[in-house]
Amino acid sequence: MMSDTQTPILEVRDLKMHFPVKEGVFMRTGKYNKAVDGVSFSLMPGETLGLVGESGCGKSTLGRCITRLYQPTSGQVLFQGQDISRLSRKKLMPFRRDIQMIFQDPMESLNARHTVGDIIEEPLVVQSVGNSAERKRRVLELLNLVGLPARSVTRYPFEFSGGQRQRIGIARSIALNPKLIVCDEPVSALDVSIQSQILNLLIDLQRELNLSYLFIAHDLAVVKHISDRIAIMYLGKIAEIGAGEAVYGAPHHPYTQSLISAIPVPDPHYKANRVVLSGDVPSPIDPPSGCSFHTRCPRATEICREQAPVLEVHGDGAAQTTAACHHV
Amino acid sequence: MSMSDPILQLTSLVTEFDTDEGRVRAVDDVSFSVNAGETLGIVGESGCGKSVTAQSIMRLLPQPMGQIVSGEIRFQGHDLATLPLEQMRAIRGAKIGMVFQEPMTALNPVHTIGRQLAEVLLLHKKISKQDALRQSVDMLDKVGIPSPDIRLGEYPHQLSGGMRQRVVIAMALACQPSLLIADEPTTALDVTIQAQILELIKDLQRDMGMAVILITHDLGVIAETSQQVVVMYAGKVAEQGSVYDIFDHPRHPYTQGLLSSIPRLNTEPKSRLAIIPGMVPGLRDLPAGCRFANRCSHRQDSCTLSSPPEEQVDAGHSVSCYRWRDLPPLSQVPA
Repeated sequence: MMSDTQTPILEVRDLKMHFPVKEGVFMRTGKYNKAVDGVSFSLMPGETLGLVGESGCGKSTLGRCITRLYQPTSGQVLFQGQDISRLSRKKLMPFRRDIQMIFQDPMESLNARHTVGDIIEEPLVVQSVGNSAERKRRVLELLNLVGLPARSVTRYPFEFSGGQRQRIGIARSIALNPKLIVCDEPVSALDVSIQSQILNLLIDLQRELNLSYLFIAHDLAVVKHISDRIAIMYLGKIAEIGAGEAVYGAPHHPYTQSLISAIPVPDPHYKANRVVLSGDVPSPIDPPSGCSFHTRCPRATEICREQAPVLEVHGDGAAQTTAACHHV
Repeated sequence: MSMSDPILQLTSLVTEFDTDEGRVRAVDDVSFSVNAGETLGIVGESGCGKSVTAQSIMRLLPQPMGQIVSGEIRFQGHDLATLPLEQMRAIRGAKIGMVFQEPMTALNPVHTIGRQLAEVLLLHKKISKQDALRQSVDMLDKVGIPSPDIRLGEYPHQLSGGMRQRVVIAMALACQPSLLIADEPTTALDVTIQAQILELIKDLQRDMGMAVILITHDLGVIAETSQQVVVMYAGKVAEQGSVYDIFDHPRHPYTQGLLSSIPRLNTEPKSRLAIIPGMVPGLRDLPAGCRFANRCSHRQDSCTLSSPPEEQVDAGHSVSCYRWRDLPPLSQVPA
C-alpha cells in the first residue's frame, strides 16, 4: 500500500455496518441490511481518498460510521491511532473537533431559522472555544476564507443560492480546525458552473489547512479530479482501490472497468468502448453468494459463485491497484 | 422521410409565468428546429428554461400560471402553441412521447404496469384489450425488461429505478411517436444504468426513425447522443449548432466557460478548474442587456445596454453575443 513513513490520520479495519430489517406483524429482526460489509483502508494527512459507487453500495453509510453518526456493528475506526468506533458520546467530544462532515444538500443541513453567523459559530459554542467576541471574529475570518461577504452574518440560509449555501456548510465544517473532513456528495446538487467554484475552494482549503478528505460522490469525473487515491465500492465492499490515475487508467476489476467505461465523455469525437452491464445492483439484504458482483459480471465462472475474492495487489508501478477478483 | 426535414420547428417562443411577485418570462424568444430521425440536445443549468420549453411544446405548462405568450410551434402541419386542447391530447402520447427525470412521477402507484401501458394504446388506437396487452408485452420486451409477461402484473414500486424508467420509455414509445421528448431521463439513475438507458433510446430511435429532444445538464450525455445542440442561458438561446460546432468551436463565452469548467478524466488531479464567476441571474431581476454580461470576462458597455441578436457563424451555427468575432477560440483538450 503506502510506503510512507507518516502515520495515517485515519485507518479503517474490517468495518461492518449491518442494519436490522424488521419484518412481519411482530416486527422481528430476521435479516440484516449489510450496508457496509468488511471495509478496510487508510488515509494519510493531507490526502484525499475518493469513494465511488452506485446508489446502495454503502459509501454514505461508511462515511457516517467514520464521523460516528452511526455506531458501526463491528470493526475499527482508528483516528490518529485511537479506535473511536466504540467511544461514548462524551468521550467522542474531543474527536468531533477533528472530524467534520460536509453534506450534499446544504438547505437540509443548515438550520433555516438561524442566521449564517449563528450557524458558523455553533460548533465553536458547542466546543466552548474562546469568548463571544473572539468567536465573532473567527466567524468573519471563516466567511472570508470561503469567499462570502462579511454582511452574510446576519442573513438566513434561504437568502443564498445553492453554491453559496454550500460555502456556508464548508465554513461551519472548518470552524474548529479539523484534520479530517468527510465530504458526502458536496457538489452533486450544484449546477455545472458552480461545481467548479466549490471544487476549487475545497482544493485550496486542503492545501492551506492541510486537511484530509474522504470524498464521497457518484460523479466519476469529479472524484477523479479531486482525489489522490480512489476506492470503488460495490454492495458494501471495496472492489478496487489505488491511485486515481491507476484506477481510472488501468482498472483491474471488471466492475471498475465497466463503471469507468460508462462515463459519458464530453467530446463528440470520442467513441466509447463500453462494457455495458446487464441488470441492476442486487439488494444488500440478500447479497449474492461468493463474489457479490458475479450476477452482473461478464467474466463470472463457478468459483465466483462459491468463493468471495480477497483484495490483492495487481499490476506494477503507476498501474498498480488492489482489487478483489478471481479473474484478474 | 429525408433526414433534413424539420419535424418540429419553434419560432420565437415566449412563455411566461404568473408568480406572487409578478410576471416572469421563463422562455424568451427561443427558436430551433428538430430534424426527423435526429437527436437535438438542449443543455443549460437550472432556471435556463430548458424544461419550460419542453412543457410548452407538450402544452403541459403548470396551470393557470404558465402561458405561451407568443411564437409558433410547428409540428406536422399544426401550430401546437395555439392548437385546441382536444387535438393536443390526440397528439400527446401518440405522435409525441415524453419521458421525465423521475419515473415515479410518471407512473401511477396503484395501477399495474400492464394496465398503465395498455391504457396508452387503448386511448390512441382502435384495438381490443387483448391486443393492447399483447402489444404491451412486446413493448416491455423491446425496452429490455426480463420476463415481461410477469412484470405486466406488477406495480411500479416492485421495480428498480432503472426498470421503472424503462417502463416509462415503453409507455412513451407504445404508439410509435415521431418525436420523443426526454427531460433529464437519466439524471436520477446510476452511471451503469444511464449507459443502458441511453443505449436503449438510441437503438429504439434507429428502429423507429423517430426524432428525440434530449434535455440535460450533462455535457457528456449531449456529446454522446446529440447531432444538434441548443445551449440555453436564463431563458434565451446562447448558442446553437451541430454537436461539433458546439464542442469544437464554441463561440459564446458561456458555452466556452461551461466546456472549460467541467472536470474531465484527463485534467491534472487537484489542478484549479476554470470557473464562471458569480451565478445565474434570477428571472425576476434579469439585466437589460445580455443576460450573461454580469459573469462574462469579455463584457463591454454595449453588452449591458441591449440584448444581443442571434448571428450566424456558419451554416447551422448561430450565437447571441456582441463579441463573438473578437473572442479567442477555445483550445479544446481532447478527452
